[in-house]
Amino acid sequence: MTPLLSVDDLSIGFGGAEPVVKNVSFSVAQGETLALVGESGSGKTISCRAVLRILPRTARITSGRVTLGGTGAPLVLSELNERKLRDIRGDRVSMIFQEPMRSLSPLHRIGNQVSEVLWLHSGASERDAKRQVLQQFERVGFPDPERAYRSYPFELSGGMRQRAMIAMAMVAKPDLLIADEPTTALDVTTQAQVLGLIKELQRETGMALILVTHDLGVVANMAEQVVVMHKGRVMEAGSAAAILKAPAHPYTQQLFNAAPEIPDRDTVGLPMPQDDLILEMNKVSKTYTMRAGSGWKPAIKIHACRGVDLKLARGKTLAIVGESGSGKTTAARIALGAELPDPGSEILFRAQPGAEPIAVHNMSRAERTRFQRQAQMVFQDPYSSLSPRMRVQDAMTEPLEIHRIGTRTEQRGKAEEMLCRVGLNPDMLKRYPHAFSGGQRQRLSVARAMMLDPTLIVCDEPTSALDVSVQEQILTLLEELQERLGLSYLFISHDLAVVARIADEVAVMRQGLVVEQAPPDTLFYNPKHPYTKALIAAQPEPDIDRPINLKLVAQGAGSPEKWDDAFRFTEQVIPSLVELEPGHKVRCHV
Amino acid sequence: MVILRYAIYRFITMLLTLLVVSVLVFAIINLPPGDYLSNQIAELQASGQSAGVAKAEFLRKEYALDRPLWQQYMIWMGFLPGPHGFSGLIQGNFGWSFEFDRPVSEIVGESLWLTVLVNLAAVLFVYLVALPLGVLAAARSRTWVDYSSAFIGYLGLATPNFLLALIMFYYGHKLFDLPIGGLMDPGFEGLPMSWEKAKSILLHLIVPTFVIGTSGASAMMQRLRANMLDELGKPYVETAIAKGMSPTRMLTKYPLRVAFNPFVADIGNLLPSMVSGSVLVSVVLGLQTIGPSLLTALKTQDLFLSGFILMFVALLTLVGTMISDVLLVLLDPRIRYEGRET
Repeated sequence: MTPLLSVDDLSIGFGGAEPVVKNVSFSVAQGETLALVGESGSGKTISCRAVLRILPRTARITSGRVTLGGTGAPLVLSELNERKLRDIRGDRVSMIFQEPMRSLSPLHRIGNQVSEVLWLHSGASERDAKRQVLQQFERVGFPDPERAYRSYPFELSGGMRQRAMIAMAMVAKPDLLIADEPTTALDVTTQAQVLGLIKELQRETGMALILVTHDLGVVANMAEQVVVMHKGRVMEAGSAAAILKAPAHPYTQQLFNAAPEIPDRDTVGLPMPQDDLILEMNKVSKTYTMRAGSGWKPAIKIHACRGVDLKLARGKTLAIVGESGSGKTTAARIALGAELPDPGSEILFRAQPGAEPIAVHNMSRAERTRFQRQAQMVFQDPYSSLSPRMRVQDAMTEPLEIHRIGTRTEQRGKAEEMLCRVGLNPDMLKRYPHAFSGGQRQRLSVARAMMLDPTLIVCDEPTSALDVSVQEQILTLLEELQERLGLSYLFISHDLAVVARIADEVAVMRQGLVVEQAPPDTLFYNPKHPYTKALIAAQPEPDIDRPINLKLVAQGAGSPEKWDDAFRFTEQVIPSLVELEPGHKVRCHV
Repeated sequence: MVILRYAIYRFITMLLTLLVVSVLVFAIINLPPGDYLSNQIAELQASGQSAGVAKAEFLRKEYALDRPLWQQYMIWMGFLPGPHGFSGLIQGNFGWSFEFDRPVSEIVGESLWLTVLVNLAAVLFVYLVALPLGVLAAARSRTWVDYSSAFIGYLGLATPNFLLALIMFYYGHKLFDLPIGGLMDPGFEGLPMSWEKAKSILLHLIVPTFVIGTSGASAMMQRLRANMLDELGKPYVETAIAKGMSPTRMLTKYPLRVAFNPFVADIGNLLPSMVSGSVLVSVVLGLQTIGPSLLTALKTQDLFLSGFILMFVALLTLVGTMISDVLLVLLDPRIRYEGRET
């Protein structure tokens, strides 16, 4: 069978520098899914964009031939002029991008942006296009297509926007869809649903799919063919079954080993000890008030946290897991005293065992200073959490300067010691952050948080912006530091697989409420709550024989009013947390 | 409906702001010691012309300048009855200019509309020139198009307006036979509007528009270019290209639309800066705008004349900001739906 699209000997470079893509070849047949796998910087994204020549302006294709087959005579895309290529884009070959939040124009209605494809390519009239778009909207799962047609992107959630993007890419019934990390920016449960949708649509229309991803779990769920890329070269290519079962190339194996997985457990775990608590959150609530559209309607109240009770034992790790908007970050910010909780909430912090607790919800200036030396934070995005205009040394010694600790030489010495501790070279102190990779920057963030010798570190998704192999290294680093220094972590994440590794206790949050709380082993062995089950089921696993159970995901990730009777909650009736077995609490009606 | 309600709301806040501005304006023109008449009286007494003193004293009474300041303000605005009953700004009586010895309305009358005309023309010029050039410079960034437009732009920014005016006059007249000075042929002054008069005004407008608008246009062009370059890097531009749009259509529909917002917001700022910027130019070019009268009025402490002109400029500014606010709400759904539940 002749392939629908074949790319031969593709090389791309920027200016005169070493090419970033070197002699890459791949092909995809009608109705087939090809996954381009690799870490950031592997050249996977730029290779797939070269198909439609949507490249940064400085990029130059130095060699290669892109041929689009299918019905009719084969077209050599790499030799077409810009004008002719425009007719292919969006019509025969379409693309979906990574960030649904930013890939749609904020100022145009969704309907307009999607219909545009039809106006451009089939010259459809406005009415005709609208009819087709509405059908497509219904197909991709908009509950009210008419409303979606009139909506602006910012009125929709991330998952819905990505559905709109899919509708846009599919509305002209393309032969080939190129999806560039289509689900990386989404929550796991949303990711599972979007992947399911793409697969279904593919089965219906028989189009081919090129999926660019760094996640072997996604590959296992979607692809028939796999191309593994590293540093601009193809490392390994073949059928998904063969590569996933027996990766031949060491790099592929390395990717495999790094992929976080939810382990199978055959027993419950030990509950966290409760005798020496470093941090105690009692009945913590936070309500935000949003101004209503007009002065006549009452303001809308948003309950970011509702009566959250959490206890973190000294030297342990407590993880809060949930989707975006679940209130996990708010809880962490309150724990750090960065935000004031509603009255009636209580947060107690004990620097030493048996010490007089600091009431974080009600600190004096002196107490706040004392508390800040004990509690530090590592942020999600290592690219924006370090000032690009400060040398590493200045960024690292700044906490010491603020708290007036030590002389300049002592501060410098401390910074060097910390860099060594996180596995970096002390020579790097003079450099600026841009000289570091994502993983190195996250190490720097950890080192900076450690400068004051804190006892508690709040990690807000410290690994979610990183590649899997780097993710692995950072987790190892955190574990080592904890072991050596007896640190306590409050760990925020949306990823159960990451949490599985590092946490001693996991609290699953949804809509500001803790719905299930248990040691990770217990949670994975015996999940009770439908939302927890959905989270576990939605985690894509790099095992071709264990696809995502979409039904389970849809059930648990839906609205809480659709959960089973035992767990259902509405605005009026909220069940309480019930301890089913020691250390395992579930929010359900008994 | 949302927009209509917003427009009404903005109109009411504009009126309130105008009220506050009027207090400020009145306070500021009364800040220097004395007023036009007391200065005149002192001068007359020094030269021993007592006849004039009596007239000035009469005028002081006539215009309530002998009363406390707050009462003067209320009478000027028309909130309190003056010596001749309610007769202030809100009743349409703009007061008396002592310097020119004529009612204010008579002095500013036509020049008011010419001011509006000159400045509107300049604003139009700014947008017409800056928009295409800014977009072009961004779309072809780092090519000769970009560099040469930047060069001309900086030249426009760096040249003082009045100098530009003189140069334009000389060459405009020499090469294109454009008229020098004024806003119309002297023959038409004071005559009712006619086809010939309108034509003469338009011809006279060319140079002033260019002179007043150039620096604004080059500044706006540079900002538009910077904004466009920001927008061109956004993922939604890639989405549009991937749809198969042609570059021109894509540029005008998406990034320009987003980059344009700050310029709508600028309308409010543009008007007053042009009015005040054009004062000097008007003097040099001999335009019959209110600029020159404002200059004289301020110098001689001509209370009512300067008060009225300042109020008028304030009104222009406020109307400008109101228009830009309402336009922004019309143009940007994110502002329109702010606070609405999504």
